[in-house]
Amino acid sequence: MRVKVLLSVLLALAVAAGPLAAVAPAQDKSIFIPLLVYRTGPYAPSGIPIANGASDYFNLVNERDGGVNGVKIAYEECETQYDTKQGVECYERLKSRSPVLVNPYSTGITYQLIPKAPGDKVVIHSMGYGMTASADGRWFPWVFNFPMTYWSQASAFVKYVGQQEGGVEKLKGKKIAHIYHNSPYGREANPTLEELARKYGFELTLLAVDHPGQEQGATWLQVRRINPNWIFISGWGVMNQVAVKEAASKGFPMDHVIGNWWTGTEADVVPAADGAKGYKSMTFHAPGANFKVHQDILKHVYDKGKGAARREAVGEVLYNRMAINTMLNVEAIRTAMTKYGNKPLTGEQVRWGFENLNLTEKRLEELGMKGMMRPLRVTCENHEGNGLALVQQWDGKKWTIVSDWIEPIREVVRPKLEAAAVEEAKKLSYTMRDCAKEK
Amino acid sequence: MIYRTAGQFKTTYASDQAIFPIVQDRVVVTLALVAAFVVPPALASEYWLQAVLIPLLVYALAAIGLNLLTGYAGQLSLGTGGFMAVGAYSAFKLSTAFPHLDIVAVFLLAGLVAAGVGLLFGIPSLRIKGFYLAVATLAAQFFLIWLFNKVAWFVNYAPSGTITAPDREVLGVLVTGPNATSGARYVMALAFVAIFGLVAKNLVRGRLGRAWMAIRDRDIAAEIIGIRPLRTKLLAFGISSFYCGVAGAELVFLYLGSAETLAFDVNQSFLVLFMVIIGGLGSILGSFLGAAFIVLVPIFLTNAPHWLGLNMSVALQKHIELMIFGGLIIFFLIVEPHGLARLWQITKEKLRLWPFPH
Repeated sequence: MRVKVLLSVLLALAVAAGPLAAVAPAQDKSIFIPLLVYRTGPYAPSGIPIANGASDYFNLVNERDGGVNGVKIAYEECETQYDTKQGVECYERLKSRSPVLVNPYSTGITYQLIPKAPGDKVVIHSMGYGMTASADGRWFPWVFNFPMTYWSQASAFVKYVGQQEGGVEKLKGKKIAHIYHNSPYGREANPTLEELARKYGFELTLLAVDHPGQEQGATWLQVRRINPNWIFISGWGVMNQVAVKEAASKGFPMDHVIGNWWTGTEADVVPAADGAKGYKSMTFHAPGANFKVHQDILKHVYDKGKGAARREAVGEVLYNRMAINTMLNVEAIRTAMTKYGNKPLTGEQVRWGFENLNLTEKRLEELGMKGMMRPLRVTCENHEGNGLALVQQWDGKKWTIVSDWIEPIREVVRPKLEAAAVEEAKKLSYTMRDCAKEK
Repeated sequence: MIYRTAGQFKTTYASDQAIFPIVQDRVVVTLALVAAFVVPPALASEYWLQAVLIPLLVYALAAIGLNLLTGYAGQLSLGTGGFMAVGAYSAFKLSTAFPHLDIVAVFLLAGLVAAGVGLLFGIPSLRIKGFYLAVATLAAQFFLIWLFNKVAWFVNYAPSGTITAPDREVLGVLVTGPNATSGARYVMALAFVAIFGLVAKNLVRGRLGRAWMAIRDRDIAAEIIGIRPLRTKLLAFGISSFYCGVAGAELVFLYLGSAETLAFDVNQSFLVLFMVIIGGLGSILGSFLGAAFIVLVPIFLTNAPHWLGLNMSVALQKHIELMIFGGLIIFFLIVEPHGLARLWQITKEKLRLWPFPH
């Protein structure tokens, strides 16, 4: 019986004390950024390189430069397992440390955080994911998704396929299948693809794969029946590996299978071994560890034993992407400092920095990222920036860029985006701000 | 000593049949309820309300719903997530189609829609029992989620397939939507749980609850003494689904703010079932205890390393959390197979004698 009493006491203690423990020590002289990561669960293959890229780049800034203009970046990881509820719990917990910005790294969690952002004064940077409509900065001042949105990506994909076929007019009558993760993330590209299918006359088939994405047998049977000319995959986590494996085992020509930019990192293609050779994916930056920033990371972070990943994993596609994401965060903070001074900033000040971010070729060179990505400019109206897409291909050992920079079909995407922004903002009862009055 | 019942005589039928026949219980429960309404909105931080208390209340309501069906009427169901989804999506459709409809009415109507769907999927329960019924309700779960994924009408043709809670007021205070304070949402959730908890408690003490328990304990005997199995079982499905439906609507409108079908996947069904099993089958209090266990223990385990000053990687922390949590579930079930509610009951019996057990 004593055991039971002890247990009851323990349980009561756990129940009462659990959330109390959430109080974290406050740090004054630094800028705090929460990292919602997923190093476990079915999305870990994608989550791990991302988490590593973020902490390595923040460490680099702290170690090499002593912070941003002398102000250190403090960060804390919180495990979400790519689960919306856990993500919200993480965000609420870390909010006590007054963060200035958050990278949710999950479209589902981004949708949760968007309504909270204006009240909490926390900038949301959903780089290349999240709600496409939030690229209209007039309606969504707190959300940024530069350098590109899902819709721009989908249009760039169609444009690339058009180029491969010998002109967009050749798309008429072609069959394209979109295999997507059945979540807000996966569905996001569908309206654009549908619109472009009407415009160019290709036949679009939408095939959903349910969370977590291991079961794709039925989907690929359908693919075989339709026998599409091109396949576009919007997957994440284990879904990617399974999709690439299935495509390879069904004998589909791999250079006609194109993943979106979340469906093309090393972890996605390595399990399919030689079968994955020729597989392509969209991207907006270069892969590989051949840039000066990587040498810096190895020298200043890994040689001091502070690296988060294995040394060989530095330079993986998603690692690079998160390093770029983090760099953009840091540069936005730096931009804000030009106006507000070199001190710990508030969320509102950092928001100004995001909105006035102008990343030039020269600055990229200084950062050791020349050639890794394109210069970028954000404005009050356009939170998507002016990003262009690339296509990369897996040769069995590494990813190489196989296309020129592809301009999205902006004349189709932007009007749709603005209309969607009105719709989405209406749901949140926002009002449109006048960008002419913003300074 | 403090929990002595000596001298409390029940002189009327009413006092003998009261929900809390012991004075101390009445006092404590009343105080706790008042405190629950007053203290957290005034004192608790955003984190407490948003990440701890609101989900606790939402899941407690769902657990009560499932407990009526599984604990009292003995019909095993794995369709809870699906029924919650029905509540959530119908609340979304109702509140967007009729913006002037009171949000309380929306919740109740959403519960009724879920009850209708529950009745429909309860029909097989007349012929199939036990694990076979579990499989049939599992089918309901998968079918409903598939339906909400497939038919864009349910999400008002939103391309992302997400439903978002609109701003709605009760008595001039915003209670749903992104601009509602967490305090207001908490009070709303608490009011629902308090009222429906009371209703459930009275249901199971009354004629219907006794009929459910008779069916659960031996359906043939129950039929012989004049209980109609079809009606009783269907009512259990309907009422249980009503509770789950309201809980599902709350999950979106009061807790998450926006959601997709993934929030109602089969894991939710299991989660609520575990709450019922760990809390105690056939106990309203058990539903609350089970919900508290499942919602709060993981949060405690996530925060514990911080608290102890341990610096370990989040991945390791998560794995340890899952292991300890799983271990705890097994441990509690071994020590007390009848759930936490039984543990509480034993404690109460001991307390009545304390400090002179002999």
